[in-house]
Amino acid sequence: MKVNDIYEKKQGEKLFLLGNEAAVRGALEAGISFASTYPGTPSSEIGNVLARIAKDAGLYFEFSVNEMVALEVSAAAAASGLRSFVFMKHVGLNVAADAFMSTAYTGVRGGMIILSADDPSLHSSQNEQDNRIMAQLAGVPVLEPSNPQEVKDFMVYGISLSEQFEIPVMIRTTTRVSHMRGVVELGEIKPGKKEGFFKKEGIGFTIVPAVARKLRQNLVEKLQKIAILGNSSPVNRVIAGNSQNKVGIITSGASYNYVQDLVNEYSLPVNILKLGLCYPFSEELLKKFISNLEHIIVVEEVEPFLEREVLSLIGQEGWQKKVHGKLDKTFPAIFEYHPDIIRKGLAKVLQIEIPEAEGLAAELDDLKPPARPPVLCPGCPHRSTAYALKKAIQSLKIKKENIVFSNDIGCYSLVLQPPYQMADYCICMGSSIGIASGLSKATKQKIVAMIGDSTFFHAGIPPLINAIYQKTNMMVIVMDNRVTAMTGGQPNPGITTTVSGEEGPTISIEELAKAAGAGLVRVINPDNLNDSQEVFKEALQYEGVSVIISRSPCVMFVPRKAERVTYQVNQEKCTQCLICLKQFNCPALYREADGSVHINYLLCTECGYCVQVCPQNAIEVKK
Amino acid sequence: MSIKKSYQIYIIGVGGQGTIKTATIIGEAAMAQGLNAVMSEVHGMAQRGGTVVTELKIGDVQAPLVDKHSADLLLVFEPSELLRAQDLIGKNTHIITSCSSIIPFTVSLGISEYPDLDKMFERLRTKTSHLFSIDAERIANEIGNIIVANIVILGMAAATPRFPVKKEAILASMKQNLPARSLDMNMKAFETGYQEFFTITR
Repeated sequence: MKVNDIYEKKQGEKLFLLGNEAAVRGALEAGISFASTYPGTPSSEIGNVLARIAKDAGLYFEFSVNEMVALEVSAAAAASGLRSFVFMKHVGLNVAADAFMSTAYTGVRGGMIILSADDPSLHSSQNEQDNRIMAQLAGVPVLEPSNPQEVKDFMVYGISLSEQFEIPVMIRTTTRVSHMRGVVELGEIKPGKKEGFFKKEGIGFTIVPAVARKLRQNLVEKLQKIAILGNSSPVNRVIAGNSQNKVGIITSGASYNYVQDLVNEYSLPVNILKLGLCYPFSEELLKKFISNLEHIIVVEEVEPFLEREVLSLIGQEGWQKKVHGKLDKTFPAIFEYHPDIIRKGLAKVLQIEIPEAEGLAAELDDLKPPARPPVLCPGCPHRSTAYALKKAIQSLKIKKENIVFSNDIGCYSLVLQPPYQMADYCICMGSSIGIASGLSKATKQKIVAMIGDSTFFHAGIPPLINAIYQKTNMMVIVMDNRVTAMTGGQPNPGITTTVSGEEGPTISIEELAKAAGAGLVRVINPDNLNDSQEVFKEALQYEGVSVIISRSPCVMFVPRKAERVTYQVNQEKCTQCLICLKQFNCPALYREADGSVHINYLLCTECGYCVQVCPQNAIEVKK
Repeated sequence: MSIKKSYQIYIIGVGGQGTIKTATIIGEAAMAQGLNAVMSEVHGMAQRGGTVVTELKIGDVQAPLVDKHSADLLLVFEPSELLRAQDLIGKNTHIITSCSSIIPFTVSLGISEYPDLDKMFERLRTKTSHLFSIDAERIANEIGNIIVANIVILGMAAATPRFPVKKEAILASMKQNLPARSLDMNMKAFETGYQEFFTITR
């Protein structure tokens, strides 16, 4: 498949789409003309695809500076009558929470979808929060698709629901849906409105208390109506087994897939209610489904969200029915599900045996695969920055326990591992500087904050202003690799290229730092290890807030130099001191069985850092 | 009694070896042949040199995750990674593995050991006759570029009995999913892997 197929293919054709790609097609079929995001796994591919096709497909798209701004711009577009789409990873919604809660109150005019990509089992995240609870807290309806086809279809359904009730609608995916690929039958693309108009009528969008009280009432009424609509909504499906069955399963999202496959494969005697609209809760539908059942199994990820609703409904009705799920430990309380987990849970409740397939019993227990933690790429400028910093710390004889590294969210978090171990504290986007401020005030230790360029723009500026204003002592290193790398190479305000590929204004990190009043501001090029080390030495001894911008482009997203060089290890000069391997730690270097050091040319990026690192000058240009 | 509804493929390797591309080629080919296909991918932080898994089921199913001991086909792009996929292997699993190691930095630093692959293969061979190792990197290098190693393995996989997608459909899907400039090389890689299966099973 080619990316352009996502908007060029016609109604009725089929594509093998990733959940995230299906969201883009769904946006086009829903007549959405405005989209925004801040990238984050597992939602990132939505933005990557939109960035490539938005112009040709005729919609406005931006990588906003952070999730709150992304939500605000899309909310404003919807208030102006356009259909809009904002998407982010689950923890992104925490950043956007203030705007999210209030947008539930103000409501929208054009339809608005807020897609939250949750990450059960924390494949690429710092927590596994269930954002259905965030939606309930805000009073925003939640749709939960199970596969790419539903992701696309729910985009279209969500927009109509949003417009009918003038309320933003959340689509909650999980990693296993966002990153699931499946056959998707396409619908018709509807061109969206090109231009909005903000009408100054009605109760308005300024939520001073008197207005907000009224909006609060409106919101509750909207949710009651949506709950009633849910009783007959096509996204809530009873998959009838048999009226004689005494066991029923209520499920949503990826969990439904596991349930349906097991029920089919083993012809299990159960009825299934698959909920697409998970909030607000459609009580009449539920009552009808469970009234003749004795056992209800609730299969959902991550929190017992539907399970508690089922229990409260049963309590309200005064019924005697057993509910099985997370709360009675039929299923684990945390982490994502797997078919094997569901198989065991269903077998237990149904009191039947569902045997697992037989293994090979090959007795391999004493053989272990090597640990393969994610690692900075060969040629990564972050490694070189960390190495120069390490050398500066060593030359100033600062003891390990006397220097604390406050890290942030990005590739550079990988300096957590040996041999660098430069991440003592890292909790969320932009936290490096705020945490560093607290450490600086609470302790007498040396404090270093490391933050990426994109993360600095996202949430690093207010804490930097605070750090300076509160007169803290710290060194802030902006790891400026000219791109948002971890999520796949998106632009940010520090670089000139915009989504459409046009030149944009560049926001200067050093000018921002100077304007905020940082006493020592330096830009270094980590490609030069010695010079970088000298600047770090100066900054480590500086009293006050220093900001060092270490600027060199990411090796993944910047084309290789036109002039190629090949390096080699001169085995006569090499003393096998292993500084290149054990202290610098480039993954393109390796040892043969005889102990000699070599370069793996599949991985080498010809950065030349190792040449500077080698004390014997044993790494040379191959002629 | 259970009736098997799908053909289950599990692909394991290291970030950058092309597990997703390989599975996408198979999945799109299956779709073109009128079969249902579902697939699960790994993106994000794990890609930076870590273990990467892609799962694919072909048939009348909803979930892409391979069931315990139920893989029909296990493709191993880095041989030691086979050990991480043991739970997927069953009596009827066809295993195709590359024999070129990628040594992680944890081994160079001495905080992790690389396993004895001869022992691993030897013990597996006492339990299954469906294990096939192939020097995909060497073959790929001979063809012209190490990056087509995954397609060599794909070629071999397509030759295994019970593989549900026709060779022609795979070739057509490769045309859709690979850059035009490297297509000839990839076609050659596929054909070499395909023929290799018959050479070693003759």
